[in-house]
Amino acid sequence: MSGTDRTRRFEAAVLPHLDAAYNLARWLLRDEQSAQDVVQEAYLRAFRFFDGFRGNEDARPWLLSIVRNSCFTWLRERGREPIEFDEERDSEQRDPALYEATDGPERLLERKLERAQVNAAVATLTPLFREVLILRELEAMSYDEIAQVVGIPVGTVMSRLSRARSMLRTALAAADKED
Amino acid sequence: MDPHEDTELSAIVKMQADRHAAPAGLRDRIAASIRQAEAPSRQEPKSPGWRQWLNLGAAFAMGVLVSVTVVHFLSATSAQERLAQDVVSSHVRSLMAAHLADVASSDRHTVKPWFSGKLDFSPPVADLAQAGFPLVGGRLDYVGGRPAAALVYQHRQHIINVFVWPHDTRAPTPPAALEAQGFNVIGWEDKKMQFWLVSDLNASDLQAFADQLRGAAIAGSPSAPGKH
Repeated sequence: MSGTDRTRRFEAAVLPHLDAAYNLARWLLRDEQSAQDVVQEAYLRAFRFFDGFRGNEDARPWLLSIVRNSCFTWLRERGREPIEFDEERDSEQRDPALYEATDGPERLLERKLERAQVNAAVATLTPLFREVLILRELEAMSYDEIAQVVGIPVGTVMSRLSRARSMLRTALAAADKED
Repeated sequence: MDPHEDTELSAIVKMQADRHAAPAGLRDRIAASIRQAEAPSRQEPKSPGWRQWLNLGAAFAMGVLVSVTVVHFLSATSAQERLAQDVVSSHVRSLMAAHLADVASSDRHTVKPWFSGKLDFSPPVADLAQAGFPLVGGRLDYVGGRPAAALVYQHRQHIINVFVWPHDTRAPTPPAALEAQGFNVIGWEDKKMQFWLVSDLNASDLQAFADQLRGAAIAGSPSAPGKH
């Protein structure tokens, strides 16, 4: 009955991270049903490759890397979003203007931002930026863990995150002006 | 303080952006699909040819899981199989949610009265510890759209869920024995109640348990199941 033991070990290590997996997929795909399908498929894939996972480490980054790869495959297959991007170009071009657009760091908190506005602003980010933001802010992951999930160096995590935050500030400022 | 952090923006995202929780049911579907993916490798192949059929079956099962919705899958099966799947899902749920028993006791005089007032019937609760099947407890469950008493027994490391509910003309007859999603299911009905047993225990041990339980139920409550 070693198969059953394997199933139990898998469930104990991986199922507790279901909310994190779903949240990431939901934010990347921005559709409830697709997120459910992709997460279920990702779990089956994780189950198949579970033997390659070392039992003494945290399963969350390992699982989330499978989930995010499934999500990007899903997006790519449907041509939904342009996911290639140029780190240099995207991190330099509009930055100065962005910081001018927001009138100092305290402005955001003074405003009453609606939950819907914040959600919409996060959604304007392209998936690669949205991803690091979600992992950092909503899943409270370390740079190391995010690097593991996304499969990029820690330095790139930091620059991508910083860029994501600039973009988010712009989007929030724009949302505020529309009101 | 990490100079890379932006505490103000972080606070806004943390507080105001949705952290989507997995919808109810997703966990069960994943657990069931994992069990199903696991099931073929747990059977004893009788010959190489048989093994090939099993692999083919596993591949097919995987295909079904990924490409067809659960609803479609279920609609193609009989009422009895559907109920069996529901019973198995309840079993899996009870193992996963760390919610095996609402009343955890090996004493049937504790478990049986616990159900009174919670159900409009009184499930027979047998003490089979001598036979190697100690009682673990009981809980309320919901199977096939009806409330059910779930009695939990144990044999070695294996958990057995016994689902009991009163006769219902709409309910399909319980299966003598079948396998669903890698679990063994055994059922029967007497004059008042239906019994469905689910476990990852092998079929012959589960049958032995079923025989014991059936004998005890008949001996213990020929006419008045409430008098323990």
